[in-house]
Amino acid sequence: MPKTAEENLFEKLKTDAARGGYNLNPDDEFTMALVEGLVKNESRYGYQACPCRLASGNRAEDLDIICPCDYRDPDLDQYDACFCGLYVSPKIIKGEKKLKSIPDRRPADNAKDSSSADFTTDGKKLPYPVWRCKVCGYLCARDEPPATCPICKVDKDRFERFI
Amino acid sequence: MAEIKKVPGDEKGELFLFALSTCIWCRKTKAFLDEKNLAYSYVFMDELDGKDREEMRAKLKDWNPDCSYPTLVINNSKCVVGFDTDAILKELK
Repeated sequence: MPKTAEENLFEKLKTDAARGGYNLNPDDEFTMALVEGLVKNESRYGYQACPCRLASGNRAEDLDIICPCDYRDPDLDQYDACFCGLYVSPKIIKGEKKLKSIPDRRPADNAKDSSSADFTTDGKKLPYPVWRCKVCGYLCARDEPPATCPICKVDKDRFERFI
Repeated sequence: MAEIKKVPGDEKGELFLFALSTCIWCRKTKAFLDEKNLAYSYVFMDELDGKDREEMRAKLKDWNPDCSYPTLVINNSKCVVGFDTDAILKELK
């Protein structure tokens, strides 16, 4: 029997997550409900807008909430799960922490531009610090290093502040 | 007019839920209200267009400036943001 769009996306997300050092929620029923939302949003908007946020239908306005959203990694750092609970940390998988509904860190309307430049290089201000994987040299500019290096899969603590 | 759906049940207070049809935490909140057999009304914001959506969103904004979902307004006086069964039960007392 051919697979449904939902089953295909579920498999793709699982594979991509594992490859990138992320974890999909192991509660298949919960995760499938979110995958159904993503498929629904893909068909009505043309992109996989976050199922747990209201998309405008205008891609430019919704860029930050196309899954995986801009807020996933900071939420994983702070709450061990993304806003939907589609992505979770190893702590939640191991049962050391319970998954719950978290506050939405997406800025409300009119407050979206956060151009606070605190980091400098050659006198130029940067909006984010830059982290370097000491194992493979991968660089990323974000508030904190990722939980797992997406290139060589080492842990967060193998990163150093580069800029 | 925005489509507001009514769910029959015990009238323990006036409950109005701002929700999304695709949101898991909205689904869990609805399931909780259903399980407690509480009467409530809800609207799926993602199923509204244009003016209907703007009007509803303006209403939601008065309760929850972040306009996040689910937002449950209780007795037109309190609101619970997110899926939080303890907070709902507390406000219903």
